[in-house]
Amino acid sequence: MIKTDVVIIGAGPTGLFCAHQLGIIGLKCEIVDNLDKIGGQCIELYPDKPIYDIPAVPECTGEELTNNLIKQIKPFKFNFHLNDRVQELTNIDDNWIVKTTSGKKFKTPNVVIAGGVGSFEPRKFPTKSAEKFDGTSVLYSIKDKTIFKDKSVAIFGGGDSALDWAIELSNSSKVSLIHRRDEFRGAPASVKKIKELSEKSIINLFTKYSIKDVKGNGTLEEIEIKSEEGKSKTIKADYVLGFFGLIMQLGPIADWGLNLDKKTIPVNTENFETNKKGIFAIGDICTYPGKLKLILSGFHEGALAARGCFKYARPNEKYRFEFTTASNTIKDRLGVK
Amino acid sequence: MAKIKYIEHTGKEHVAEVQNGLTVMEGAVQNDIPGIDADCGGSMSCATCHVYVKEDWYDKLPKKEMGEDDMLDQAYEPTSKSRLSCQIMVSDDLDGLSVYIPEKQV
Repeated sequence: MIKTDVVIIGAGPTGLFCAHQLGIIGLKCEIVDNLDKIGGQCIELYPDKPIYDIPAVPECTGEELTNNLIKQIKPFKFNFHLNDRVQELTNIDDNWIVKTTSGKKFKTPNVVIAGGVGSFEPRKFPTKSAEKFDGTSVLYSIKDKTIFKDKSVAIFGGGDSALDWAIELSNSSKVSLIHRRDEFRGAPASVKKIKELSEKSIINLFTKYSIKDVKGNGTLEEIEIKSEEGKSKTIKADYVLGFFGLIMQLGPIADWGLNLDKKTIPVNTENFETNKKGIFAIGDICTYPGKLKLILSGFHEGALAARGCFKYARPNEKYRFEFTTASNTIKDRLGVK
Repeated sequence: MAKIKYIEHTGKEHVAEVQNGLTVMEGAVQNDIPGIDADCGGSMSCATCHVYVKEDWYDKLPKKEMGEDDMLDQAYEPTSKSRLSCQIMVSDDLDGLSVYIPEKQV
């Protein structure tokens, strides 16, 4: 069990700046994010797209913004728990016990939800019959590629993940690659390689097809694919892999007894606390009259939520407002002279 | 101004008057039409505003720009009539446009 002052859910810009504000006022925090990297939407959705409305930064990319925020909180040496998702929150006395999918446990008086539009999950096949094989023979990521050896593998998608795995697995598996159109968005070199492998009949390439049905008694046996004109084909498959990118889903947050307004959490605008004591929500996931889904609003919300956390983390201390330009205590915390 | 018809997979219809200069996605979001989430806010990065354009309207719309088809690859059940509604700009010419909201998106 890790004891801390605050657990932040979400390592996007809002969560990162909230961590900075916690560090400035002398609190400790642990940051959990479902992605394998820091930065949230800025990194996952638009790392290269320029942002023009960060105060005093005329133009920067999502990646640059993330890197600068990481640099800004470096002095505090906070821990990141990536590739992990907060699953459960349980209230014990004045603390929250926070459990993650990987089995980590935190004890903390404060939880700050900076979860954006939810956690990024792989987008799954819309076919109902694919659900019963989900996680066994219908997969959306690969943990152990040796399971595919000498098996028939049907891969869906037109991006780099689909192409790279089709090329890689074609060495030791019977690969079919299925994509909804003739063009691929993957790297040109990979597209060329796929076409070569297809011409040599090393992989079976089906373009302008999508999934129709997944069949098998207990174990997966074959899949049916369809074209828009109504043609259908049956392919033998032991495994089906789908690479359709990620979609954001609210996930377990919906189960924590928080008031919800569609996919957002109502908060007060004094300290961004939710209807549950010690649970705060900031950034795109929170809502209040006049809410703007801007990164700069998330920064403001994080600064105020941090002061809200102070009250529960240090119940016997009085919070003292200080400027970074003047306070020696803050300079010590930042490790500057 | 254009009247846009948004049709859910159940057949339920929503008609919204959408101002010129807004996108079909914004028209849906402002009128609380279910199934068009627009998680990324219209930056062509998420495919959660995917719609099927009614057959006779598809060719009348301005063509897809680069990147839209790449994003549509990631949408649920795209077809040759698929568009991202955040990329369809509303004008008087679009009065009467009908779009269908994919079943899985709701």
